[in-house]
Amino acid sequence: MKNNTSNIVLPNFSESPRIDKVGVEERVAKFQKRSIKSETKIQGLKMALSMIDLTTLEGKDTPGKVKQMCYKAQHVHDVFSELPKVAAVCVYPSMVDVAVKAVAGSGVKVASVSTAFPSGQAPLAVKLADTKFAVSKGADEIDMVISRGKFLSGEYNFVFDEIAAIKEACGKARLKVILETGELVTLDNVRRASDIAMYAGADFIKTSTGKIQPAATMQVTYVMLEAIRDFMDTTGIKVGMKPAGGISNSKLALHNLVMVNEVLGAGWLNNGWFRFGASSLANDVLMQIVKAETGVYQSSNYFSID
Amino acid sequence: MAKKVTKKEDVFSWDYAPALEGTAHVKIKNKYDLFIDGKFVKPMSGRYFDTINPATEECVSQIAHGNDADVDKAVKAARKAYKNVWSKVSPSDRAKYIYRIARLMQERARELAVIETIDSGKVITESRDIDIPLACNHFFYYAGWADKLAYAFPNRKVEPLGVVGQIIPWNFPLLMAAWKIAPALAAGNTVVLKPAETTSLTALKLAEIIKDSGLPDGVVNIVTGHGDTGAAIVNHADVNKIAFTGSTQVGKLIQASIAGTDKKLTLELGGKSANIILDDAPIDQAVEGIVNGIFFNQGHVCCAGSRLFVQENVADLVLKKLKRRMDQLIIGDPLDKNTDIGAINSKEQLNTINKYIAIGKDEGADIYQASPKVPEKGYYCAPTLFTDVAQSNRIVQEEIFGPVLTVQTFRTVDEVIQKANNSPYGLAAGIWSDKGARVFNLSSKLKAGVVWANTYNKFDPTSPFGGYKESGFGREGGVHGLSAYVNLKS
Repeated sequence: MKNNTSNIVLPNFSESPRIDKVGVEERVAKFQKRSIKSETKIQGLKMALSMIDLTTLEGKDTPGKVKQMCYKAQHVHDVFSELPKVAAVCVYPSMVDVAVKAVAGSGVKVASVSTAFPSGQAPLAVKLADTKFAVSKGADEIDMVISRGKFLSGEYNFVFDEIAAIKEACGKARLKVILETGELVTLDNVRRASDIAMYAGADFIKTSTGKIQPAATMQVTYVMLEAIRDFMDTTGIKVGMKPAGGISNSKLALHNLVMVNEVLGAGWLNNGWFRFGASSLANDVLMQIVKAETGVYQSSNYFSID
Repeated sequence: MAKKVTKKEDVFSWDYAPALEGTAHVKIKNKYDLFIDGKFVKPMSGRYFDTINPATEECVSQIAHGNDADVDKAVKAARKAYKNVWSKVSPSDRAKYIYRIARLMQERARELAVIETIDSGKVITESRDIDIPLACNHFFYYAGWADKLAYAFPNRKVEPLGVVGQIIPWNFPLLMAAWKIAPALAAGNTVVLKPAETTSLTALKLAEIIKDSGLPDGVVNIVTGHGDTGAAIVNHADVNKIAFTGSTQVGKLIQASIAGTDKKLTLELGGKSANIILDDAPIDQAVEGIVNGIFFNQGHVCCAGSRLFVQENVADLVLKKLKRRMDQLIIGDPLDKNTDIGAINSKEQLNTINKYIAIGKDEGADIYQASPKVPEKGYYCAPTLFTDVAQSNRIVQEEIFGPVLTVQTFRTVDEVIQKANNSPYGLAAGIWSDKGARVFNLSSKLKAGVVWANTYNKFDPTSPFGGYKESGFGREGGVHGLSAYVNLKS
């Protein structure tokens, strides 16, 4: 299998570094104690806004809804000038062509979930077809899910090969690999799945589909960030991170950024390497930015819901 | 497509803006007198000394310097209170007083935290989240024991000792006062306490709280001063017990000076504790534990994990991660909520630490210092690491009491047990391993009062604390902490 990590010696995934849950919780509590004030806060909020993958992943999605979301992605709050656009819109493969047209020329990327999202319960051929379809419609990024059942039963080679195959099918599109950490349960599993995904060629690793709880807890994101750091140390390859699901307010987003800053460094503090998968986060961030600039909170009625 | 990162990317830094804890609500008087017999009284010595904010080198307040006559007055007040009042108060009423002190401390927790930080140089997040809450918890915990002493010592008759003299250090000023006062009161004793000369303020605030609590006059007396004040307490003929926390050197002097008297003694002294990383440890969490073990409170911790032992097959990895983590630490204004490393407690202590750093260099060890910006004014010391050291080096043998860590590697578990125990101290140890069997094997063979597994510097009022060998004797905390303040009869 040819991929960008094909010349790298693979570790034994059964022996991924151990994770101590209590220690992780303590470390995360330290990030949460950072006090982000004044200009650092505004900087952080704008950074968070620019990192959002504005997402709609529902069975009842319509082309109209996707178009509206794409407009919002480029014009988050026109009352205020100098606000960044969000990083990307994230949709189902069937909506990719609508989204591509709607964001054309804006710099906002189109991400498509694939591989029988969210369960991943389909044969590889279907997953490959799903991915190729999205890419052919112009998706810049593919958000795949791993086969959690195979992972939990210890078939790490299966999971690895599947990711590598999807990576090849992506062509020039960047691949985000969703671990669905809520189904992996332990942090040891999160670490192992992160390693498998990165060695198999992931450009990004992503916590969750947003369909399973718990989703992007800071503990899980922290463990994945350490995995990215170790992978960079070992291979020299930089991988991005996307916590998705459950990050619905500014404070949590800022804590996440603090964590990225202190674990990976400022080199990851841009939307090329860090994303938030979220739909309701954008408006809370906007509300905080407006508060910081004007000194007053405005009613949620002043911020468009999509 | 993921790519090899070859060129340095444009990286902007996201430095945190200052987030200073407010000080407007804090009242510090220009001058503090001694707290004797329920009143603040001028020292008979007539002398006062400055207490300095180590982060700014500015004088915060003036503190009374008690002499022999002041100590005598305090001991007499404590004796009178013991005989006439405190020994007649019912155990459940003793509990109420102790509980009330705890509640009042809680109510004034913010003020106490800010004062602790200003006076000692420790970071506000630590005063706020660790020192002050733990100090309150010690009072709460021992309040519960006051009327249950018969259950603490079944089938024994429990009597208080009388007047106890207590001398505490500057590294956890209010917390150490709580460790000492709470069990003494619960067991029915009266107290003469001397705080360390660089950190008297929170003890004096505690005196205000004790006054507000309505505790009978003379039950707790606080006599501030220097070493001579402490010596006057130790040598006073009418003191039944001395409880001391501080350096081993002073502890030996105390033990010598009360030899031949019937005074009881507990000593909680220095340490040179081993923090041991086995090759199956959760490495990132172990690195965090190393940092917490030695850089917490600027290394001013008697049980600091100042000797790091790393199994050789993971040593490179651990050191790489440790150095990176050290570079992340924010050193600066202790009142800033984002500061990780505050100020060294005093100029004197900074000189001691710098002396040891110079010794380490002379001994040929490799030094690594984290490179955060150290403020120009104030007493600061960058986190420091010495590698390529041996058991015979002074920096490995002697307590530095600062943010200085020595790193040794080991091959077998037997080797590390031998090396860890090869120290005149035996206060604490840390073990990092994923295997329960290895943890239990090591913890039973290490000669240390406390052994932490996969964590470090964890304290709780219910858990006893104390050392082996020259780290002292007697235990503080838990039911064990009571036995230091009672006479047991059958």
